[in-house]
Amino acid sequence: MPTKDEVYEKIKIALTDALGVDEEDIKPEATLVGDLGAESIDFLDMVFRLEKAFDIKIPRNELFPEDVLTDQKYVQDGRVTDLGVAELRKRMSFANLDEFAKNPVVQDFANVLTVADMCRFVESKVQVTG
Amino acid sequence: MRWFWIDRFLEFESGRYAKAIKCVSLAEDYLHDHFPQYPILPNSLIIEGLAQTGGLLVCEHSQFTEKVILAKIPKVHFFCDARPGDTLTYTATIEYQSAEGAAVSATSHIGDRLQAQAEIVFAHLNAPWLGTFFSPEAFLSMMRVFGAYRVGHAADGSPLIPPVRLCKAASNCDDRQRANPPEEIEP
Repeated sequence: MPTKDEVYEKIKIALTDALGVDEEDIKPEATLVGDLGAESIDFLDMVFRLEKAFDIKIPRNELFPEDVLTDQKYVQDGRVTDLGVAELRKRMSFANLDEFAKNPVVQDFANVLTVADMCRFVESKVQVTG
Repeated sequence: MRWFWIDRFLEFESGRYAKAIKCVSLAEDYLHDHFPQYPILPNSLIIEGLAQTGGLLVCEHSQFTEKVILAKIPKVHFFCDARPGDTLTYTATIEYQSAEGAAVSATSHIGDRLQAQAEIVFAHLNAPWLGTFFSPEAFLSMMRVFGAYRVGHAADGSPLIPPVRLCKAASNCDDRQRANPPEEIEP
């Protein structure tokens, strides 16, 4: 059973390897896309590394619910509707969506996830101590 | 020129590992442009060879049911040039595989010397339009021409055999071609 620090260290290694960034650039508040330069295909690579590092399964759309963002039920005129934001909050309890919810432009969603969100996501999948 | 960047499989263990060779020959046209008076196999084509070795390994493991594409090269290092007369030995090992794709580690050696090292990520795609690029008969033909079924074996050690589905599709294709041969062009 890993500690929170151990989860953070493993995530740091996964992000360093997947994104080719320096370890010192990885801070809890760093956004994956904006600060660390992640592109869409990097999410697949990150998921592989997290699954392997923590021996967990991350089903498609769990970390990054693309299906919500492409569903007309939840998106209108390039913006996520109130219903969509509620769905995202339900699906992504590990992420803080308050800022995004103020101006929920679909294009900006990619920049929501931070390193701290990744840690909370993994912590929700593995039992942590400390 | 055909887009074959390996010449033959030497070893092929389903779901785990494959080893292939690429012989570099001065007869290959592109070497004379890359570079004049100093022909070397372009590193991009070495990556393609490693990806063909690993990609067919990943495809075969899903019995060619998944549409596997090269998604990303997270890391690659080249340690020396590959020149005419060299035989490159490519190895690809599946490090991780899931419903979404696979991660492969790969190396290229010239003799005992490590020539290149790479990590390759493959993704499974479900876009229907990709069907035209993933014909079963093409896969079967590649696996056969590279000798995978001659040297390959399954995880339990039994000989590697092509999936029945692939053979049927290839056989249907042959039948269609026999029934509708291309028209001969008058000289």
